Amino acid sequence: MKKKSYLLVALLLLLGLILTACGGNSSSGDTTGNTGTGGDTTTGDTTAPLTCSDAIGCVEVGPDDPILIAYMLTISGATAFLGEDSRGGIEIAIADRGGKLLGHDISLTGEDTLCNAEGGQAAATKIAANTSIVGIIGTSCSSEARAALPTISGAGLVMISPSNTAPGLTNDDPATEGTWQPGYYRTAHNDLFQGRVAAEFAYNELGARTAATIHDGSPYADGLRKVFEDVFKELGGEITYAGAVNVGETNMSSVLTDIAANAPDIIYFPIFEPEGNFIAEQSGDFAALSNTKLMGADGLLSASFPEATGAAAIGMYLSGPAVSGDAYSAFLTKWDARFGGAPPSGFHAHAYDATNMLLDAIEKVAQVGADGTILIGRQALRDALTATANFNGLTGVLTCNATGDCATGEALAIYQVTEAEVSGGNWPPPIVWQP
Amino acid sequence: MRSRYFDNISWVSLILGILRIVILVLIVVGAYNTLSSGKYSAEAWVGLIASGLAQGSIYALIALGYTLVYGILLMINFAHGEIFMAGAMTASFLANSFARSGFLNQSPVLAIFILLCFAGLVSASIAILLERIAYRPLRGSPRLVPLITAIGASFFLQYTFRGLYGSGFQSYPGTVDALKGNLTIGSLQTPITLTQVFVFFCAFALMMALYWLVERTKIGMAMRAVSENKEVAALMGINIDRIIVITFALGGFLAGAAGVINGIYRPQGVFFRMGFFPGVKAFTAAVLGGIGSVPGAMLGGLFLGLVESLGPNLVLEGLGIPGANQLKDAIAFTMLVLVLIFRPQGILGERLAEKKA
Repeated sequence: MKKKSYLLVALLLLLGLILTACGGNSSSGDTTGNTGTGGDTTTGDTTAPLTCSDAIGCVEVGPDDPILIAYMLTISGATAFLGEDSRGGIEIAIADRGGKLLGHDISLTGEDTLCNAEGGQAAATKIAANTSIVGIIGTSCSSEARAALPTISGAGLVMISPSNTAPGLTNDDPATEGTWQPGYYRTAHNDLFQGRVAAEFAYNELGARTAATIHDGSPYADGLRKVFEDVFKELGGEITYAGAVNVGETNMSSVLTDIAANAPDIIYFPIFEPEGNFIAEQSGDFAALSNTKLMGADGLLSASFPEATGAAAIGMYLSGPAVSGDAYSAFLTKWDARFGGAPPSGFHAHAYDATNMLLDAIEKVAQVGADGTILIGRQALRDALTATANFNGLTGVLTCNATGDCATGEALAIYQVTEAEVSGGNWPPPIVWQP
Repeated sequence: MRSRYFDNISWVSLILGILRIVILVLIVVGAYNTLSSGKYSAEAWVGLIASGLAQGSIYALIALGYTLVYGILLMINFAHGEIFMAGAMTASFLANSFARSGFLNQSPVLAIFILLCFAGLVSASIAILLERIAYRPLRGSPRLVPLITAIGASFFLQYTFRGLYGSGFQSYPGTVDALKGNLTIGSLQTPITLTQVFVFFCAFALMMALYWLVERTKIGMAMRAVSENKEVAALMGINIDRIIVITFALGGFLAGAAGVINGIYRPQGVFFRMGFFPGVKAFTAAVLGGIGSVPGAMLGGLFLGLVESLGPNLVLEGLGIPGANQLKDAIAFTMLVLVLIFRPQGILGERLAEKKA
């Protein structure tokens, strides 16, 4: 009897481990937030004559206190390159202002969101509990944003994402899987645009008529492949296979056997490392797939992808953000001076723009008291961000719409991986097409 | 007569019997539908079987570590997946420097042998330290205590390696020149890659070596004696502590070697959490085969690899289940539950109650 219960406990623990492996740290309890109780917790001067008349409360920053900005990015694990890339952009944007805003220091704090829903929820709960935070740059992954948004929005915060691209996040109609809530903005392109660019490139430029798509269950990949499939079919192409792989899977033979049974012209897998590497490499083992082209999206657009995948990545297409211009070159010089080398992914410029948008908006709405205390209305900050128009950023001219889409989608391109990226050293790969 | 016969059957065994039939019918119907649809060619099946066996032999190597430790201490070393990760990650640096210097392609046999030994030794030393620091002080405490400790140790190792090597991905050098291409028999090219053949035989050789060690040497005899009965073995002059250390070292060595074999087979995705899934799968394999049994772990690993590889395409697709290959892990763990229901001692396991209760 004792033995049996021991095995049972072992199995339960195993189950627990599996659950936590997907989650990292799950949040507990009360997540709906404390609406509108913003301003009164900072240690400000009580004699300040400023009054808060904001509908959802204010953040009060005492004369000697810093203005607190938080990031919610994935900075560990498989997708750390994405979060580190964005965090670098935020730090440079703050450094460009000398680390000061309205005479106060700008202080950056943050939470690791792990690129999954549980991580996003846990980070949101922690950040919403800190009422001195003015605004958030984040999240990295769309799945995190979807889970974090109810808490963040309920707490009256604003959140500007440099790299969320799932279409539903800036759609306020729940009937069409929209999950937008007030306070959410993004400087990243909407995948309605990226998926279309990918499908048009595949059909018109590569001449592909049949395509297979693979996603990994994340809203990012799922949304992107849906747009790709719709546009590809609309253009006259045929989808031969639409499936998914699990995160953490290493053996792709079963999905690739399925695809190879009816070999398409192109396989589109807008997923992340390392599953993307495994698909690219293992597709080489299938003779039927020798003429099939491979295409990924910005989730795989990092220097480590071709280096780790090796020769199998040569010739593969990747869609992703393409930023250029003098201001961007100057940004890259600053990056090299500060961190060394080139940014590890493609969303640093978006993070830089997001930070500047947020800081500009704070500057615009802040009421400054005689002793240096500042009061920032939370609703006023949202209104100021929504009103952002013709903002000259690195990624183009940004104008936000009512549901937080600020990017125009002009900064996109198709890259093709060559020998130089695989052998290391060269990044990014050459651009082969721009819409 | 008849009514008495039915009286003797409990509801539970009736339900289990029906469950057994339902599962068999599902498998047969699914397989029949898929095969009769003719979607997959013979090569596709051979390819799936080959990748299943290769993956399965890696599971089997890791599973041996679980089974050896369980056989002697009756504890499940949940940190074993991390021991696999430790060897795989550490050896990836050596593998890459071998590749850069050209040594790997010039003399692949020697290079891979050195890599296997290096990773094996790294993992074995970590396993020994783990035993000495985390498990030995708790020997004799209630059995749940070392189990929980193992989970703590697992996180400790993961984050230690994250601290050491960073949270990014490492990768092994791409396929060694000597292992490029497919296996050709005569003039016939099979869909089996040479890497898969290498994985299978390498794992097989290691498992045979272990089997020989356990069954034919003095150390092996001592290990078996300790697993039978610690007190009596001690009375016979066997140094229990030494045997336990050797057991951990052997399991660790195999896990480290499995790390290198895995790296040669699947070069990408080497990072600090890479040990988790193979660890859980190998534990499943060890239970499937009969935990505590060395041949059982080997068989369990191969069996699990095959089921995972063939299950989605052969059975689930024939049943019309969408997204079949996403359910790979579900198949693996369903197998585990079924085995625990119908044959709790595993495929080759002995009845625990008779031997070690």
